[in-house]
This record gives sequence, C-alpha cells and structure tokens, in this order.
Amino acid sequence: MAAGVAAWLPFARAAAIGWMPVANLPMPVAPTNKNKRQDELIILNVSGRRFQTWRNTLDRYPDTLLGSSEKEFFFNEETREYFFDRDPDSFRSILNFYRTGKLHYPRYECISAYDEELAFFGIIPEIISDCCYEEYKDRKRENTERLMDDLEDNKDNKPPNMTFRETMWRAFENPHTSTMALVFYYVTGFFIAISVITNVVETVPCGTTPNQRDIPCGERYTEAFFCMDTACVMIFTVEYLMRLFAAPSRYRFMRSVMSIIDVVAILPYYIGLVMTNNEDVSGAFVTLRVFRVFRIFKFSRHSQGLRILGYTLKSCASELGFLLFSLTMAIIIFATVMFYAEKGSSSSKFTSIPASFWYTIVTMTTLGYGDMVPKTIAGKIFGSICSLSGVLVIALPVPVIVSNFSRIYHQNQRADKRRAQKVQKARLARMRISKAGSSTAFLHSKRNGLNQSLELTLPYYKMKLSPQGSLEEDQQLKKTTSLLESQHHHLLHCLEKTTNHEFVDERLYEQGYLQTALQNFPSQSPSLSSEEGVTGTCCSRRTKKNIQALNATHTHSHTHNLQELSALHIHCGEQQPLNTSRSSLNLMSDESGSLNCKSSGLVTTAIISIPTPPSNNSRANPDAPPPPNPDAPPRPNPGSDVVKISAL
Amino acid sequence: MGMVLGTFSMHTKQVTYRTDKVDDELEMTMVSHRPEGLEQLEAQTNFTKQELQVLYRGFKNECPSGVVNEETFKHIYAQFFPHGDASTYAHYLFNAFDTRNNGSIKFEDFVMGLSTLLRGTVRDKLEWTFHLYDINRDGFINREEMTEIVRAIYDMMGKYTYPALKGDVPKQHVDTFFEKMDKNKDGVVTLEEFVIACQEDENMMRSMQLFENVM
Repeated sequence: MAAGVAAWLPFARAAAIGWMPVANLPMPVAPTNKNKRQDELIILNVSGRRFQTWRNTLDRYPDTLLGSSEKEFFFNEETREYFFDRDPDSFRSILNFYRTGKLHYPRYECISAYDEELAFFGIIPEIISDCCYEEYKDRKRENTERLMDDLEDNKDNKPPNMTFRETMWRAFENPHTSTMALVFYYVTGFFIAISVITNVVETVPCGTTPNQRDIPCGERYTEAFFCMDTACVMIFTVEYLMRLFAAPSRYRFMRSVMSIIDVVAILPYYIGLVMTNNEDVSGAFVTLRVFRVFRIFKFSRHSQGLRILGYTLKSCASELGFLLFSLTMAIIIFATVMFYAEKGSSSSKFTSIPASFWYTIVTMTTLGYGDMVPKTIAGKIFGSICSLSGVLVIALPVPVIVSNFSRIYHQNQRADKRRAQKVQKARLARMRISKAGSSTAFLHSKRNGLNQSLELTLPYYKMKLSPQGSLEEDQQLKKTTSLLESQHHHLLHCLEKTTNHEFVDERLYEQGYLQTALQNFPSQSPSLSSEEGVTGTCCSRRTKKNIQALNATHTHSHTHNLQELSALHIHCGEQQPLNTSRSSLNLMSDESGSLNCKSSGLVTTAIISIPTPPSNNSRANPDAPPPPNPDAPPRPNPGSDVVKISAL
Repeated sequence: MGMVLGTFSMHTKQVTYRTDKVDDELEMTMVSHRPEGLEQLEAQTNFTKQELQVLYRGFKNECPSGVVNEETFKHIYAQFFPHGDASTYAHYLFNAFDTRNNGSIKFEDFVMGLSTLLRGTVRDKLEWTFHLYDINRDGFINREEMTEIVRAIYDMMGKYTYPALKGDVPKQHVDTFFEKMDKNKDGVVTLEEFVIACQEDENMMRSMQLFENVM
C-alpha cells in the first residue's frame, strides 16, 4: 500500500458501512489496536543531526529497517532517541521516502555510498522514482564498468579442468592467453595480409610481352599466384575447421557473421577448382573472384576498432536509413525536375529520368563530375537549387551518426547493452513483485489462516472461554502483519462477506473454473448438488460424503437464515496451515499432513475418517468456529493439489 | 467568400478557446482551500481535536491543494482494492460525501461524512447509507439504483473469485435485498422502510457497530 493512502485507510473502512445493508453474511471482527497509543514524534539521531517524524510515518513501510522492530536495536535509553551512525546527508532522502512515498537519488552523492545506505536501511534501489532512476542507473553502470576494467587484468587465470575443446576455443577468442594462441593469431593475420596483397598485385600490369600489351601479373606468373592462393586457402580452411570444432555451440557459430565471412572467403577457390574451363561459366567464375576481397574482413577478428565500427553502423541503422530515404526522395524530385527542364534543349544528356538520377546524385554530394550539365536556364536554376539542398540534406543526419559512433566507441557498449537488458527485465520483475505484494499479501495471509474465523456469530461463550487464546492469536497476528495490513485485510474480508465470493489467485481461479466445468459427479446428497464449485481435485465424491458431517459442525444457534458458503481448504503440501488452534481443524491438518499429495492428487480416505457426528451434534467442538477461510496458497506449488470442501 | 471568412473566424475562436483552457488550468492548480478553524470543526463534528489533526494530516498529504476531486478520490480508493475495479463504487461514494454537489470534497465535507459514519447514531448511519444508495436523490431506492450499487461492489472483487462469478449474481443479490427491505412490495424502498428493515436485522446492526473503533 502506498504511503499516503495509509492515512486514508480509516476512511475506507468507515465507508465500508455502505456495504452492510447489502451483505447477507455477518462480518468478521475487526483487528483491534491492542497497544493503542497516540501518534508520537520519534527522534532519529543520525550522526548528530536530529530528524523528527511521526511514528506512523515510519510504519508505512514495515519491511524496512525504520519501519520494523529492527530499529529498536538502535534505541538509546538515556537520550530516548534512535541513534544511527550513518551519513546524515543520505539519510535525508531516505526519510523523505517515508514521508512522500518517493525515493529520490541526490546527484551529488556517490553511487556506491548511496547503495550502501539503502542496503543498510533495507530499501531496494528499484523503487527509486522515475525522475531519478535514469541517472541512478547510468551512474551505476559507469561504476561497474570502471570496476570491471580493473578486474579484467586478473581475469586471465585459467580455470582448471577445461577440456581440450574449451581450451582451444579460449585460445581462439583470447589470443593473449597462451603462446600458441598468439602464434596462431599472428600467423593467420599474416596470411590474410598476404592473400589480400596477392589479390591486389595479381591485377597490376607487370612487364610487357613482345606484342606490346601489358598483361597483369596474374596472367604472367599464373602458377606462382595459384600456389600462393592455395596456401592461403588451406590455412583458412584449417582455421575454420578448427574453430568449428572448438565452438561451444556449432550451430550458433555457423550462423555468426565472422564464420560467414570465412566461408565466403574460401568458397571461390573451391568452386574454381571444381568448375571446368567452360566458356559459359568462366564469366561467372571471374565474378566469384571478387568475393576473395572479403578476406580483408577477416581482419576484424584482429582489430577491436573494426568491430566497433561495424557495430556502430548496425546500431545507427535507423539514422542511416533516414539518410538514405531522404536522399532518395530528393534525388527523385530533382531528377524529375531536371529532366523536364532539360527536355527542350537539343542534344541533352538528360535522356530519361533515371539518366538524370546520376546528375542529381553527383550534384547533391557536391562531386560535380561535369559529364552531365544542364544547358537551359531553367535547368541551371534548378541545378543550383539541387546542389544547395544536397548540402543540407546530407549535413543533417551525418552528425547524428558521428555522435553515435563516438559515444559507442568511448563506452564500448556492446557487452553492456546485453547486460542492461537483463537488468531492466529484472528491475521490472522486482517492481512488479513488490507492487503485486499488496494484492498477494491478502491472499498470503488468508492461506496462513490469519483472517480466519473472526466471525461475529461466534457463540458468546467462545469469547468468554478463551480470551487468552485470542490474545495469543492476536500476538501471532501482529508478529507477521502490521496493524495497517491487518486492517486492510479485514476490509477486504468484509468485501468478500458482502458479496459472498472470495478472492483467489489467478492460477486457482482457472483451476476452480475447470473443476466446476467437470462437476458431474453423482452426488450422494441432493442438497449438495446445487453447490457451486464444490469439487475436490479428484476425491470430490468422497469429500461430498463428508460434507454433511462438516455441515453439522458449522451450524450455530445464531445462524438462522444464513447461507454460509464457507469453504474449507486443505493444503496438500509441505506446509501445514499455521495458527490452527481449533482442534478439529488441527485434526484435519494433521491428517492432511500425512497425505502424500505430491505424487498424485489422490487424497486418501484419511479425510473421511474425520469423526462424522450426527447431524445435530453439539459435540462439534464448541470452540470450533465456522471453518476458516484460508484460501488456496498463492505460491505455485506444482506438486501439490488443493482439496476444496464446501459446506452449505 | 463567406466560407473563407467563416473558416477564419472558426480558427480564431479555436485559438481563444485554447488560451482560456490554459488559464482555467492555471486557476485550478492555484486554488488552495483551507478549512475552517479547528474549534469550529470540533463543535460541528463528533471528533476530538487530536483526531481531527490526524485526519487532516492524512488528507493534506494526499491532496495538498485542500480539495479532493473525483479522480484523486477514485485513485485513492482503488489503492485499497487492487484486485478489482473500484472506480464505480468510488464514484457513488464521492457523490455521497460531496453534499454540496460541486464536484469536489473539501476537508469539512470529508470530516462531516466521517463523523456520521463513525460517531453518529444508528439512525444517522442508516440515513447516510440510504443516501449512498439513492443515486438520483429522489428519496426512493428503486431496483435499478440498487443494481448499480451492487454491481459496483461486485466490480471491486475483480475477476478472480471463488466461486467464480457466474450468471447474474448481482441481480440475485438485489432480489434478496428487495425481499428484505421492501415491505409494501411497491418496488421501491423508502427511507422508513429501509431504517425499519435494517433495525430488524441483528447481524447488520452488529456489523455496523464493527467500525466504531476505526479511528
């Protein structure tokens, strides 16, 4: 429950009077404030600076240090104040959190100091409000990066017991880990360079033949170049195969960019080997040789900067896309205009709109080759407009890309982004859990049977008989829930009684829904067949037999026309329901404890052996109130089943 | 020509409307209401000074401007019922507290309402509840009004209930209610019928005493 609205709880409870005439069932007894004291000011002395606040303010968040009884450890008897030996500046924002419900992160504060303070006072950083959360996360990330950089030097201790395969993979990925890896790294680098240079030199004209025509070196020294090529490709093939063998996930490796580059680099050679010297395919074969230039991309394994550049381009895809799109638009517009402007002039190079594209591109990028120039006056005017706008259109998205690149380069963000996504998901998950805590808290406490049986229709003598019992219960109540929570749960309980339905967890709602759909058992007592939702998971037949008996235990002298649909849930699982001080319930819970519900949903006949009193028994334990309403456990327990026994 | 002028004038009208709205918003945020003196409130209600202080602190914390409008009210009330949709019931509740029908609750209205609910006589409480149910303030509760209220209450339960809400459960509930309350079977419940029927129901009387120690 949020901080501020805790103050409105009395109002909400008072407004519940509006439900009373509508309700058919009696309401549960309200939790009383046993140690009712007037709201008092408490003094928090943090390293000499005194803060004062109401006790209620701190009680709003009972799962923090200041809100729980943990602060009693810091109580100073002589000065009657709570003394904390912590930083008073950070404490300011922590106390404001109690007051306003929002936790702010002060910018001047060091991030790790602040984290420590939060941890000390039991506050999770995820609830920092949105206005300060970005800043907090950024600072935290910077901090962890800095720490990581320091740590990385120590990372090269080889963990023991690595398989040969893992060793190889590690050697490939981090060349400086072993000498062999380093050697391999340099050798492959050398051969990449050789291969690229060979490809380049192959086309240089060297030497002249007697027939006065320069032939490229490749054709002159065919065998030499072929040998070089073969050697390089062999090295590359061996390297690729070794990487493939060592990769932890071969499928993923084969899909990665670097391995695709490797394959593309060596394929032309093999294809060339296979193909014959056929005239038709030799043209295609020549084209294939172009792909050999991709070997230069293999250098990106050796260069971190190249990888970052590639990553930048990938991450700036939207800006690049925008640049391309706006350029295309402008080109088409200007090409059309130029074409129609130059249509009139004779011997114009602007023969069609696509032909004008070339002029437009050259003009907009301020290249200005001069192979196509407008001759008409209109053409010249539009041509100048074109070149001016070209400057503008290109100048706008480029700085965005540049700044992106510099940001990425400096932060080297690739690994961080992956980590950040996980953290974001974790943060949202944690916030969801803490927000859902308020709604599941009620279901939780129902499961623990804490809301149970504080019925108004309790026979008089029960109240008289066991004041001690109830006091004990109340103490146990207080142990696990604060007064505020118990009052809130009482309110929700009243709503349940008003509408004669109960809150359940989503999972159990679906379970119950399915079960009522299958409710087709021939019931032994006709009166039971009209019940809703009365199906045990698999033993409904047996439990229905029992219902008549239970029914008897629930009638009280005071309940004259009551349609009390109270459900008795027995949780088949490890946990026994807590706080079951009613003897019959204890009996049942013991027996349920002995059930082995994990294996299957079968509930043995142990339940049925519960003493079946005659229908008008008063042996029904006098201090057994109507069965409690513990709800089915909200915690998903896959092995357990819930047996629902309903009484009319 | 007329069309042209017309569109121009429409345009200018639009502009002025927008500026007016901005001014209105400014005004609303700046208005801050201060309640009457503590002694006066103490005389008018059945609360002690300390209780009024505690109430005001909570009130002011959530609504620094001193008035609660319906949105804030719905938001506050919804915090207590995270499972379902409390907005309809909160709307009726708001109308019940807003005795002057001006769309906002000041602290005095709030405290008066609470005084009736917590410290009033049984008759006062029943009258308050009757006014809550009587949505159109005509002095009678008819079936439609009751159905609205009951539906709003069921909305607060949300979707996940046991047993699942099937069929027209609110309608059955309303029928039961009218059985009990409508003595002369004329289809509406008057204040007297309501008070008499409630006083006959012991459970209800006991439930009403339940919330005495809320403050």
